[in-house]
Amino acid sequence: MQSFLLLTLILLSVGGYYLGRNRAFAVAGGQIRHLHSLPSFYGSYTALWCGLPALIVFAVWAMLQPSVIIDLVVAGMPPELRNLPPDQLNLAINDLKNLVSGNIVSSTPDAAMLDAANRYRNLQLIGNASLWVVILTLAIASAAYAWRAISPTLRARNRVEQVVNLLLILSSTVAIFTTLGIVLSVLFESILFFRKVPITEFLFGTHWSPQTALRADQVGSSGAFGSVPLFAGTLLISGIAMVVAVPIGLMAALFLSEYATPKFRAFAKPALEILAGIPTVVYGFFAALTVAPLIREIGAAIGLHVASESALAAGLVMGIMIIPFVSSLSDDVINAVPQSMRDGSYALGATKSETITRVLLPAALPGIVGSILLAVSRAIGETMIVVMAAGLSANLTANPLEAVTTVTVQIVTLLTGDQEFDSPKTLAAFALGLMLFVVTLILNIIALHVVRKYREQYE
Amino acid sequence: MNKPTPAAVPAAFSRDIKTIVNAGLQRRHAAERRFRSYGLIAISLGLLFVVLMFANIIGKGYPAFWQTYVQVPISFDPAVIDPQGTRDPVAIESADYAALVRAGMRRMFPTVEGRTELRALYALVSSDATYELQRRIHQNPALIGSSQEIWLLASATVDTLVKGNIDRALDETERPIKDNQIGWVDKLQAAGKIEKQFNTILFSSGDSREPEQAGIRGALMGSFYTLLITFLLSFPIGVATAVYLEEFAPKNRWTDLIEVNINNLAAVPSIVFGLLGLAVFINFFDLPRSAPLVGGLVLSLMTLPVIIIAGRAALTSVPPSIREAALGMGASKLQMVGHHVLPLAMPGMLTGAIIGMARALGESAPLLMIGMVAFIVDVPKGIMDPATVLPVQIYLWSDLPERAFVERTSAAIMVLLAFMVLMNGLAIILRKRFERRW
Repeated sequence: MQSFLLLTLILLSVGGYYLGRNRAFAVAGGQIRHLHSLPSFYGSYTALWCGLPALIVFAVWAMLQPSVIIDLVVAGMPPELRNLPPDQLNLAINDLKNLVSGNIVSSTPDAAMLDAANRYRNLQLIGNASLWVVILTLAIASAAYAWRAISPTLRARNRVEQVVNLLLILSSTVAIFTTLGIVLSVLFESILFFRKVPITEFLFGTHWSPQTALRADQVGSSGAFGSVPLFAGTLLISGIAMVVAVPIGLMAALFLSEYATPKFRAFAKPALEILAGIPTVVYGFFAALTVAPLIREIGAAIGLHVASESALAAGLVMGIMIIPFVSSLSDDVINAVPQSMRDGSYALGATKSETITRVLLPAALPGIVGSILLAVSRAIGETMIVVMAAGLSANLTANPLEAVTTVTVQIVTLLTGDQEFDSPKTLAAFALGLMLFVVTLILNIIALHVVRKYREQYE
Repeated sequence: MNKPTPAAVPAAFSRDIKTIVNAGLQRRHAAERRFRSYGLIAISLGLLFVVLMFANIIGKGYPAFWQTYVQVPISFDPAVIDPQGTRDPVAIESADYAALVRAGMRRMFPTVEGRTELRALYALVSSDATYELQRRIHQNPALIGSSQEIWLLASATVDTLVKGNIDRALDETERPIKDNQIGWVDKLQAAGKIEKQFNTILFSSGDSREPEQAGIRGALMGSFYTLLITFLLSFPIGVATAVYLEEFAPKNRWTDLIEVNINNLAAVPSIVFGLLGLAVFINFFDLPRSAPLVGGLVLSLMTLPVIIIAGRAALTSVPPSIREAALGMGASKLQMVGHHVLPLAMPGMLTGAIIGMARALGESAPLLMIGMVAFIVDVPKGIMDPATVLPVQIYLWSDLPERAFVERTSAAIMVLLAFMVLMNGLAIILRKRFERRW
């Protein structure tokens, strides 16, 4: 229905384009050089006039219509319904909407509700019909206005380009709005959370058990929100991942940039980067079904008790995932070290490995540290591997053979499933998200800063 | 302190150095070889992981592309299907087809008796067999009254057994299939009444609680709609942003802010975008949960930085002489960009967009937040229908205990990886074909 209206609007605009272009030809008497702009700009000018105002009105209308109709319907309800407390009124409105769309309703509708539903349907019909009329009238009227305004002196190109320029600027602000949206949404819910749970308890508490009570006398509903075990778990798993990824990634980068023949490099570099392209859910599956049982069996064979969701399994697989990040970032950094430094070292009689460890690595160290920081922030924010392979219970331990949980795992478990949105349980997820966002942001800023400083040093 | 004078020692000194250097040379060369081999080991480990992972998943997943069927003699008894003899389609629809399947199974093993035994026998075929018969009668009512040998879908446990994934040596209580069932399956196999056929169900049906009836079509369509929204939103906005920042934007605080924002967004954990989607799109704008529309919105915000960064790189690679020539011919700045720079930069932008799309295809964490994890049987028909996507389907299946689901999960992963390879391959071809060195 509404998409049909949009389609009509597009067709009208296309028509407006041709009308405008033809009009430009006509007013110029077939002599294009009399026109200020090319005829196609006059066409675009008419099309924009036809489409844009109507589109804006359409967007505003579509946003307002549902709430206006609800208000009207509620105003027309019998007083005993209208004066219900807000939450019950909301329930009634929900029922009403279900009734209108023909879904199953929670209770058998009474006469008042049926009446309201009918009025709702009527209003909707009236609203949609008037939307059509208003939009089409507006589109045609403004197109006609633009069409009449076309004259050889009309600066159509400048007008059209102004609009396009505005659109470009609007697009470029999407990134800012996204960041703003992230910060505001996470911050807003976190503030609600910190009203219920003191921020000191959240930051320094060592007990995490977000099961809040539905009833006062319920067992096992401690509702403790100390996030330390989560961050400890995150650090443990990321630490294991870095222990795997940094040596392998760094050595691989060194080998590829210093030792490998161009042929081998051309094969090995993309092959290694396949690891970066594999979806994380695949790593999670691999960790949970292959690596974790394997580690468990090995542990049993040498007499160790390994939890089936050990931090080791998740960390190892996450490390594999991060190898290409470390290797390709370090590769860039190592390649940025000027050749003259290598040549100087060789001239003093140093072997290749001595050159690497005593000249190249110290020179590239800031950049390598930066790339490792980026990899750490990646590891901290990684979700699927830990959701599938790490545990759910928050243990405060440094033993990699035990099950730990992470920030991201808790966000996922707190927010999937049915619960009220304003319970501390769901709000806690946003507080965790805020922490995650802040920590990764700081890591990224430091890393980017370090890498940039380092690049400047050799440029 | 009596320093040796330079003139007095050169011969002895240089001999000394030589011996010192020579003495250390072997050790240093050994260290060199060691270091080199560390590098080689690191590379080989990395490559080994790639191979291992693919081998593991393909090894687990490829049997899922075949599915076991049992040939059962079915007689379409009019007394069961259409007792009144009216041939009324509604009555025929609701007939007791399960009874036909049961009768067919009994016909194959007439000696089986007793409730538990019979129930075990009936459990050899999937519950889908009933619907299969219903479909056949619906398509061709003339079948009523005839008797036919029909290949019916076997149950998941039979499938697992036939594929050799159940250890027959285990005690009966420890495996999902009983001794008598194994006996029947062996008999059927010996008689050639069990066959593995290409698994079309995997590609034609939605999710199901029964492994043998579960397919990825719902998830594939969900992924398609989600990616469609993602592309439609992120590509135009991304290109427009790249063009603005590269060609039009003045260098000032504001554009600096935009650039910093874009770089930071590229490194924000994906799950945070999920939180944004939940708080803004679902709670604030009241869009439906689990809908590909919301998934696409969230993923497009995630993909945007990738497209913008790739787009800017593509724009900078267009030489300034092109711009100057266009401006010199009297083109406006917008015409210069629209007619010359953008078409030349388009292959690079598309390559970046495809890589961004491939990443969006594999993304699942933010979609968990906006409710695309529900168990959804129906194949979505539009961007507002509840849906799930391929990676999330993999996540959902990987949680299920049945061996047959492990197989199907791996198969779904293979399909996902195939799409990734396809998209990345397309990007590489595009780059190779249209890359220009100026």
